[in-house]
Order: sequence, then structure tokens, then C-alpha cells
Amino acid sequence: MKFLGRLMALMLLAIVAVGIYGVWNLATTVPPVAIAPAIAQRQPDAAHGKMVAILGDCAGCHTAPGGEPYAGGVVFAIPVGTLYSTNITPDPDNGIGKYQFADFVRLMRLGVAPDGRRVYPAMPYTAYAKVSDEDLQDLFAYLREQVEPVPHASRAAEISWPLTMRWPLAVWNLAFHKALPFVPDATHDAEWNRGAYLAQGLAHCGTCHTPRNFAFAERDTDGSSFAYLSGASFAGTAPINLRGNEGDGLGRWSKEDIVQLLKSGRNPHSAASGPMAEVVGFSTQYWDDADLSALAAYLKSLAPALGDHAVFSPDETTLKTYLDGQATSTGARIFLDSCSACHRLNGQGAMTAFPGLAGNPMVQSRDPASLIEVILAGSRLPSTASAPSSMAMPGFAWRYDDTEVAALASFIRSAWGNHAPPVLPGQVTDVRHRLGAE
Amino acid sequence: MAVVNKPVDVVIVGFGWTGAIMAMELADAGLQVVALERGDDANTEPNWAYPKVVDEIAQSARNGLLQNLSKTTVTLRHGKDDTAVPYRQIGSFKPGQGVGGAGIHWSGVHSRVMPEELRLKSHVTERYSAKFIPKDMQLQDWGVSYDELEPHFDRFEYVCGTSGQAGNIQGRKIEGGNVFEAPRSRDFPLPPLADPPTSALFAKAVRELGYKPYALPAANASRPYVNSYGCQLGPCNFCGFCSDYGCINYSKASPQTTILPALYRKPNFSLRTNAHVLKVNTDSTGKKATGVTYVDAAGREIEQPASMVVLAAFHLHNVRLMLSSNIGKPYDPETGEGVVGRNFCYQVLNSVNLFFDKNTYINQFMGAGGVGQAIDEFYGDNFDHGPLNFIGGGVIWGRQTGNGPVRGIPLPQGTPGWGSAWKQAVKDNYLHSGRIEAQLSNMAYRGCFLDLDPTYKDAYGSPLLRMTLNWQDNDQRLSEYVGGKLQDIGHAMGAKSMSGRIIKRGTDWDTRAYQSTHINGGTAMGTDPKTSVLNKYLQSWDVPNLFVLGANVFAHGIGYNPTGMVGALAFWAAHNIRSTYLKNPGPMVAK
Repeated sequence: MKFLGRLMALMLLAIVAVGIYGVWNLATTVPPVAIAPAIAQRQPDAAHGKMVAILGDCAGCHTAPGGEPYAGGVVFAIPVGTLYSTNITPDPDNGIGKYQFADFVRLMRLGVAPDGRRVYPAMPYTAYAKVSDEDLQDLFAYLREQVEPVPHASRAAEISWPLTMRWPLAVWNLAFHKALPFVPDATHDAEWNRGAYLAQGLAHCGTCHTPRNFAFAERDTDGSSFAYLSGASFAGTAPINLRGNEGDGLGRWSKEDIVQLLKSGRNPHSAASGPMAEVVGFSTQYWDDADLSALAAYLKSLAPALGDHAVFSPDETTLKTYLDGQATSTGARIFLDSCSACHRLNGQGAMTAFPGLAGNPMVQSRDPASLIEVILAGSRLPSTASAPSSMAMPGFAWRYDDTEVAALASFIRSAWGNHAPPVLPGQVTDVRHRLGAE
Repeated sequence: MAVVNKPVDVVIVGFGWTGAIMAMELADAGLQVVALERGDDANTEPNWAYPKVVDEIAQSARNGLLQNLSKTTVTLRHGKDDTAVPYRQIGSFKPGQGVGGAGIHWSGVHSRVMPEELRLKSHVTERYSAKFIPKDMQLQDWGVSYDELEPHFDRFEYVCGTSGQAGNIQGRKIEGGNVFEAPRSRDFPLPPLADPPTSALFAKAVRELGYKPYALPAANASRPYVNSYGCQLGPCNFCGFCSDYGCINYSKASPQTTILPALYRKPNFSLRTNAHVLKVNTDSTGKKATGVTYVDAAGREIEQPASMVVLAAFHLHNVRLMLSSNIGKPYDPETGEGVVGRNFCYQVLNSVNLFFDKNTYINQFMGAGGVGQAIDEFYGDNFDHGPLNFIGGGVIWGRQTGNGPVRGIPLPQGTPGWGSAWKQAVKDNYLHSGRIEAQLSNMAYRGCFLDLDPTYKDAYGSPLLRMTLNWQDNDQRLSEYVGGKLQDIGHAMGAKSMSGRIIKRGTDWDTRAYQSTHINGGTAMGTDPKTSVLNKYLQSWDVPNLFVLGANVFAHGIGYNPTGMVGALAFWAAHNIRSTYLKNPGPMVAK
């Protein structure tokens, strides 16, 4: 027994030692990246790389408001501290001026900097792993040749120990990041495949719209399950379900509706708000129509997510109650006073000027955080070439308390045929706190 | 020593409707354009966000969107032998201030002009006789024709998303529209707004009297709308807060809703707010503008050199800038010579409140600035003036624009102004009252003019503009005549009593009570440099690289609301600058 016990202890020790060695090795070794000879010999196309940068929304995270392009400094408030995006201009000391192409590929696909440091997966390398060699090469050429070098050092993250240690990210990668290339699906046409490539890769839709597991890893990065793009709770907002559900998803939208929203920030069903308004402003408004159409075709192919999702069935009762003078609940009365001038008593809004609320996926999202945020803080549409009016809704944080906002949100989520669960005052308190709108 | 900025192609003084139109059109032509606005920047959100903007005390009583009279104002008098005193409180007219100008606080009535108004002297002489024109009336043709302006009226209506019903498309008369109107090339961009109760009652009554009512054209959108710049409007919800207020709902056409979103995307345009322009600078010959001098928010004097200067401020400031910059000969009422300040006009507004019995329900909680039914039987020269022996006419309408306790709830004559009797009268009448009005032309007279005040100066040390204006016999008799029709209509609508104001012989201009902001003239356009400041392209006769926009270019006061005309003239000027002037800068009409 004694011997057996010692043997087991020794074995355990060995396993732990090997484990520590393995993790240490993993965390300190710069993983090799092979560049295919065909790519090495290829002449990169920096002009196309500029389009790749737009498709990837690089500026959304790497260009600060009012700052120089791609010089970083965009603030990311995360639960454990504050991150700042990095300078990705070709400055040799502060940007990517000293990078070889292999260094760039390693960072984009594996999240590992040339010195072996791991980057936080706030940088969506889990999606960029699917970007083709050619697109990465063109993007690298664009950033190196056409972006002005800016000699500003990237700002260090403000996170306290032990979370400052980045070696666990190596283990996280081992567990959750497969870094597999995009594989076209021969059962679908070229447009669908282009859309899938964009959604899963450059456009990194899943970063916000796919739910995450206990370790904060996306539950699906290749569209193989119903979890993919089925809506999430992310950074305090509630990116909507982009699958075919008719209540909280895009089931009632046509392909053209999706294209219109991405191009102009608005369509008759809804309007981009929060981070999505920035995505439209920085990225999708500049996409080619063919790419927008491809992404829309792909999204329209996603079957409704399973489980607990709101359903929408158009219903005249709410309007009739108003017209009969019987809409006396707190939520209905607040809606009548502060919302109905634009969104109308029938919840239909007015084409692309004022978003409809009846059947609006954001309104019915499982997590009501985005709806609460819009009510409290208001929302402004991006000015785009095709729709320059930066129309805005005022915020009502100053006017209504948490109980009233909860009553209003609950009313909107249950009126005109919407069937989303009610909102609790505590949920409003949380959003108000995050916004600093106490 | 003034700071001198980098020269630009065009400097635009003032950034309301005309400044925004000109900036958009010239920036679109590729020119480097700078606009100077003396007020602040403003936008729907946050400035006019519901519910804070719907504040009658802040907006209607304390004039939130209007010129700050403690900094600069005008002086007023009735006749050239009177002493003028400063306009210290907003009364008869309401000059706007800030980005969007009066295009923010206007109501939205969006009319055109009648062809004969633009050649009134010729028309009156042809139809009646030269002797029909009273001795002191300075009637003259405008130099531009309706046909020339038609595409630009159309353009402005389609920018504004104006709601209306055509009465004459290319000569084809259409029932339900204004059958008196001049031919329009196509219908309005949006259908008319729904009639509120006052308008419906008005339409029914005038139809019974044999008139042909039409939906007043309104720049309050009846449907969602996207204009040619891609700018968007949302449908009006009849909240009743248009005049005096910024629109909460993106429904009222304004520079902010219809032009600025597209203009602000242009890299060759820039705007400077809190820039108060002191004068237009000219070279040593006095024949060429070299730019403008302005004072910024910090009080610094700054010179902005430019190849072209456009005056696009409110009426008063355009005229004052011409005078203080010594461009054009100032008008002298003694000799009748000189042009700047000549033909200063207004409009005559008669307003009648109607009180009905309890069975006539009128929801005064709703309304819109431009909504209403109107008749044009007494407009312009639509009726025979021969036996009446006066010149002019106007539009009669039944509008419903929104009432409130601070703005003033009309009550029957004899009601106390406060206390329990007032409250009871409000209860009894608020939902059973309406208003009809007649808005009439105001002709130009030798004794009505603008010049620089010899006594009073503004906060910047510049002399104030002095207004000399009073109602004249011709216009008073017109007013009495149409005022009678107004009362007939009130009776036909079933009013049990009426109150209000009808200007009659012996009535002086009351500068204290709000009438309308439709002052005009002072830098008239025309065919003759001896009687006009600008040629038909709104180009200065004296300084060809100076263009002047606004109602100050009118040769006399028309009966319609002026914004449609002002906007169309801005598009007309911009069109001719782009198609002719830029190719060969210089006078577009030989002197």
C-alpha cells in the first residue's frame, strides 16, 4: 500500500511537473507560423487590403473618437478593469512597423504577439483565424503602406494582479481556440459561402452575437450549431439573435431589410443602436452591395434558434385599448406620453424615420439590456452616405425611475403581439449604474 | 489688428434656410465654403428633445430661439419725422438666432407666389392704368418671372417634403387644390395633412359661400419622407408646438432636418458659430468684395477673405450689413433717391377668434403650424380691384396651430384676463373655439424705409438699423374689405361670437403685439439699378461678387408666407451662380 501510495504520489507529481512544464512551454513558446510558398511569392494588393480593413471593422476598435486612424486608444471597460486598443499603424516602435507577415498572421489567427505575449480575446482572433491568407496579406500591406505611422505608445491595460498574468490565455486557447481555416460548404452557392466567410471571419459577427460559455468562449465559431449568432449578453448590452426566429430574430426580415440596415443603420423594422451603430458607421456602410447581400443571404439561411425565444404574432389589442381610452397601466401611459409621437400607438414607427417596436428583435431580446439602455440614454443613428440624417432619440433616465422604466420596457415587450418576458426594476438599476446615469 | 484667416472661395453670412441652401449648392459645386453664424449650434436632439422643448415659458414667453435683443436690435418709428426707439422686447416680429435661424421656429406654411406679383407695376398698369397706382406707392417689377422660378419652387418643396394638394399641374386644374395657383410642374411631394376641426369647419363654410378651399401647403410632413439629399423627415404628430418651437419629431422642414445632415458630410464645407459679422470688406475701388470681418465668441476681430460673399442672415441684418459696409447708395426719403433701405414692407394680418356652442367640438390640444384650409379668391389680382380702388390682396385661412395657457388662449370679448372668471371662460371655450385669419400684401411706399439709426448702437459698436413703417391708406382699405369677408366666413362657420383684430383706416402699426415675422424689402431685386439693390440673380449691382438672399430682396410684401419664395430664390441664385457666374465671374446683368 505504502509503495502504491508513493508511486501514485510520484506519478501525480510527475503529471503536475509535466503540466507546469507544458503550460510554461506553451505560454513562452512563440508558435511557429508557416507561410505557404504561393503566398510568399504573391504580390499583395494594398488597395484591396483597405477594403479588408473595412470588412473587419479594424477602425471600430483601433481608431479612437477624434484620434488618428488606427493609432489605438479606444477604451474597453470590462468587468475586471480597463483595456485600451493598440496602435496598429506602421510606426516601428509603437505600432506594427517591425512585424514580418508571419508575425501578423500569428497575431491575427492565434492571438500571440511577436514577443510571445498573448493578447486578450477582446481582439477577435478567434474569428480572424478564418480569414484567408490572401486577405490577411492584403490587409497587412494596407496597414504597412497606406496608413500613416503614429508615434504614440499603446496604453497599458488597467487590470490588477493576478488577472494581469496572460499565460492562462495560452491554456484558454488550447481549450477553446481551434484556429481552423474557413471551409466552404459545397452544398451552398458562392454567395452563401461568401456570406459565411464574412460572418465567421472578417466581420466577426459572433464576437458579439454568439452566446459564450462559462470561460467566456463563444459557444460556436463555425455555424455548426443553433447557438451560433443566437443572441448574447455582452459587455452590458444584448446583441440580438441574428437567426430565423420570428420574435427576437431576423425571421420577419427580408434579405433587403438586412442589407438596408447594414448600409444605412436603419430599416422599417429596427434601427442600429449601441455598438451596432458604430459597426454601421465604421464598417458596413462602406461594404460592396455584393458583400452585404452575401452576408444577408447567409444570415437568412440560419434556422431559428431553439429554446426560450420570444415569439411575435401581430395583435390589434394594444391599439384598440388605446383608442378606447383604456390603456391605464403605468407602462402604457408612459409610452403614450413619451414614445408614441414617433413610435406611434400601433407600435409601427414610421418607415425608416422612426423604428417600429412591434416585432422588433432588439425590443424582444431575451436580455433586455439594450432596450433599457436606449430608454435611459437615448440612441443616435450613424450618418451614412445613403442615409445622412443622424436621427436621435432622447434619453429618459432623468425623467423616469427604475420602476417606471421597467414598467415601460415590460409594456413594450408585451404590446402589439410582442411576447418577451417582463423587465424587473433591478435590471434597469444595473444598466443605469453601468451608464453612470444615476 | 484683426486676425486674418486663410482665404476661401465663398463666405456665407448667416446659417438659416438661405445660408444652408447656398452652402449646400456651392459646396456641391466643389467650392470651399465657410458659413458664419452669430448664434449657437443646435439640433433636434438635444436642443428640441421632448418634453423639455415643449415649454411655453421658455420658448413663447422668453423667446428661447430668438435674437438676443440686449446685444443687438433695431429702432422703430411710424414716420420719418418721429423719433425711433429701440425694440427692446420681442413683439410684432421674431428674428431667429442660431444654426437654422428662423427656419427652426417657423410654422411651416409653404406657399409660392402669384406670377403677377412679380411684375406688379406692369400688371396693374396693363389691367387698370398707371394712374391707378397711388402717388406715394413705389410699385415695381421684380425682374424675375414665375416661369423662371418654377423649377426652384419645386426644388425647395421637394427638399422640404411639403404636404399639399396641387390645384394646377401644367395648366390642368385639379379640384381640391388651389385652382388659382400658377401652374406647377408636378404635385406636392407629400399628400396634405389631415384637417383638424377648425379647418374642416372652415372648408365647409367657404364652400357653401361659393369659394374653392384648398389644403394650405405645409412643410410639416404628412408621411415619412426622404429628400434628394437623402435627408429624412418623420410624420407630424400634430403636437401643436411649431411656431416658436424646434420640432421634436423631425417633421417640420428646417435646415437641420432637410439639408445639414448631407452638407456636414462634405469636407469642403465648414461652419463657425458665435461669429458675428460686422461688415463686408471691399477693395479700394469699392467694386469688389474681399471678404468679411467678424467678431468671434472670445471677442476677437477676425477677417475672413473670400472670392465671393453671400449675405444670408435674417432680413434686418442683411440690410444693416449693406448699409454699414457702404455698398449701394442708401435710400433718401426726401429725394426718393438711393436704393439700400428702400421699399421696406411688412404684411397685414387680420385675425379673428371664433367661439362656438357646446355642440361644436374643436380639440385645441392638437395642431400643426402649416395645417389648414385656405381660399385665394381675394389673393393678388384674383378679384377685380377696379371698383374697389386699392391694390393687393391676400390669403384667408382656417388653421389650427396649437394653443396653450402661456401663449394665450383666445376668449370672448369682455372676459377678465385672470382669476376665476378667466378660468371658467377657458373651461367653457377651450374646446369650442377656433381662429381664422387673412394675411394680406403690404405695398412699398416712399415713407416706409430702413436706414442706420443716428443715436443707438449695438454691443459691437455698430449703429442699429432704424425701421420707419406704418400702415398706409391703400393697405388699410384692402384690410377693411377682406376683413369683412373674414367676418362673413366666421358667421357661416356658425360662430356665436367673435373677437380679434382687423386693421382699419386709422389703425397704426402696433409693434408690441405679435403679428408675423414676414418683414421684407430693403435690398430689393429688380430691373433698374436706380430702384433696386440687386439684379434678378440677387447679385449686387455695385459689387458683382456679392450676393444677397432673404426676404429683404422682395420689391413689396406679398400676401403669402414668404419662406417658400425665400427658399426658391436661394435655389434660383445658386443655380445661376453655378451655371453662369462661376464660369465667368462678373456682372450677370449689364448695368
